[in-house]
Amino acid sequence: MQERPVLSDRQINRDLLDFVLHTPIWFWGVLLLLGLVFGAGFIAVVYLISTGVGVWGENWPVMWAFEITNFVFWVGISHAGVMISAILRLTQAEWRRPVTRAAEVLTVFALATAALHPAVHVGRFWRVIYWVFPYDFFRGIWPNVRSPLIWDPSAIFTYLTGSSLFIYSVLIPDLAVARDRSTGWRRTFYGILALGWRGNPRQWRLQTLAGILLSGLILPVFVSVHSIVSFDFAMALVPGWHSTVFAPYFVIGAVWSGVAAVATLMAILRFMFKLHNYIRPDHFDALGRLLLVVGNAWFYFFLLDFIFGLYAREDTEVQIWQARVFEWPFSALFVIFLLTAYILPVPLLMMRSVRRSVTMMFLTSILINIGMWLERYILIVPAMQYKQTLQFSWSVYQPQLPEWGLVIGSFGLVALGVFLFAKVFPIIPIYEQKESQVFAAEIKVGKVTVPGVIRE
Amino acid sequence: MAVAQRQSLLGLFTSADAAAEALDQLEEKAGITPDDFDVLTSSPYPEGAFGEKPVAHRLYIFPIAGALCGFSVGLLLTIGTQMAYPLVTHGKPIIAIPAMLIVMYEGTMLGAILFTILGILFESRLPAFGAGLYDPRISEGYVGVIVSTTSDRVPVVERVMRDAGAADVIAGPPRGS
Repeated sequence: MQERPVLSDRQINRDLLDFVLHTPIWFWGVLLLLGLVFGAGFIAVVYLISTGVGVWGENWPVMWAFEITNFVFWVGISHAGVMISAILRLTQAEWRRPVTRAAEVLTVFALATAALHPAVHVGRFWRVIYWVFPYDFFRGIWPNVRSPLIWDPSAIFTYLTGSSLFIYSVLIPDLAVARDRSTGWRRTFYGILALGWRGNPRQWRLQTLAGILLSGLILPVFVSVHSIVSFDFAMALVPGWHSTVFAPYFVIGAVWSGVAAVATLMAILRFMFKLHNYIRPDHFDALGRLLLVVGNAWFYFFLLDFIFGLYAREDTEVQIWQARVFEWPFSALFVIFLLTAYILPVPLLMMRSVRRSVTMMFLTSILINIGMWLERYILIVPAMQYKQTLQFSWSVYQPQLPEWGLVIGSFGLVALGVFLFAKVFPIIPIYEQKESQVFAAEIKVGKVTVPGVIRE
Repeated sequence: MAVAQRQSLLGLFTSADAAAEALDQLEEKAGITPDDFDVLTSSPYPEGAFGEKPVAHRLYIFPIAGALCGFSVGLLLTIGTQMAYPLVTHGKPIIAIPAMLIVMYEGTMLGAILFTILGILFESRLPAFGAGLYDPRISEGYVGVIVSTTSDRVPVVERVMRDAGAADVIAGPPRGS
């Protein structure tokens, strides 16, 4: 049952714009902390570029490791955002209201961070532009559209552009509220971004349609992006990556890690901005139920990948799975992966008390993402490290400090991006909260009065 | 004969019910029709909650047009560029349809999304800086009723609004100017 506090428009404005219009002292502390974490990654990248990709532990045949693991991880995180937002909007789920924008913003920053990884990986990232885009009209040299490495940028570019515009289009009414509540340069800034929004029936009608129409358009893109990320692997010649379930397995894995990341973010936002009236235990309960379904679906695909790998008894496949499960250090990582990605979180999420506890949901969602990062690592590195026939140049991969720096820095970059967004724009949709008050009703059923929702 | 000038009045009401009641009174006592008023709110209300006319729009055309444009660009990028420099790689055909479909699909979706955003702005009549009467109290929960009428009927409209419970009535230039 939804707990629904009655809040006036004035109070909603005050609560949700407080951090946007005023700067508490702790803001600078958090900014410094996140800046330092991001700085670790920045220094690692500067060191890489100034010295060369040899500073990483990669060597033939493991030419992709932490960077591609991190890339897939962040693309996965980016999927929850718009997926949650779009599906909940399309199904008119009432509990979407405080969740959507944070999820969408997480999408954009996670995706932008993911997109940086291949660019960094090539060592001379400024030349990526030549690699991706048609550039040499004079000599008629064009990118090879038959390569998955061209499909990836086209899918990510579409998803990033679509998600950013989606956020902006549904942010316009809230920008108008910020304009009305601010003075000086802030008023000018929000005024320009609000485009003269006044809130007449035509604008609201179009705004409602925008949410539904864009959700319908973004969802197929969302599915395509992680499918195409899976093609990076499935279409390569590396053994261990040829499972036909890779595309849906990647998509559902992305949703599993992404929804967990949204739960983490919601817990942090609730604590940081004191949003107890807006992000309530029933929202975590709903997220927990969703996670339960997605987690089991993901495990089903994981089992399929595992069984398909072994059932044909093809030597290479069997040996790669042996390396993943029994060979040090992958064996230890495999145990941690299974525990954190499924064995611990799923039973925990079955308990109502866990789903309704913000702290427990925060911890459980962190566990899931530790597991999902390891899942990508275990999927990628043992397969690449497999010594193929007649392979004379072969080495064992060991991550180096600059790679750790890149991973830590990427977390800093996403967190910093979301934090700064929340400083400039309302992270909980203001008009959605007000709408929920307009459409709320109390219904008497027998001897109890229950909160209900009016729907058009 | 002097032509009466048009003027707008913005009445601010503390609730949607009061605003709807005021609009009934305006129709009855001042002959105000749905063509003459607009309602400003801080959140969406069910269509027709204030007796306004249904919103007519052509938003659905935009994503279709955008998808066609995006598909064309995708086609040009894939077939056009590969034909311009027909280099065989890995023995694959120059026009590799499954591979091209991916880029064309992304182009189609990108075009549809971009045009939808443009459509939303166009159909919402945005940007509309300084488009007419407005009051920041609307974003605090007041419901604004803008009535466009001739200057000789302004006193009647203002009185009806105040009688219906308007917290404030502000006069301004004609709606949309």
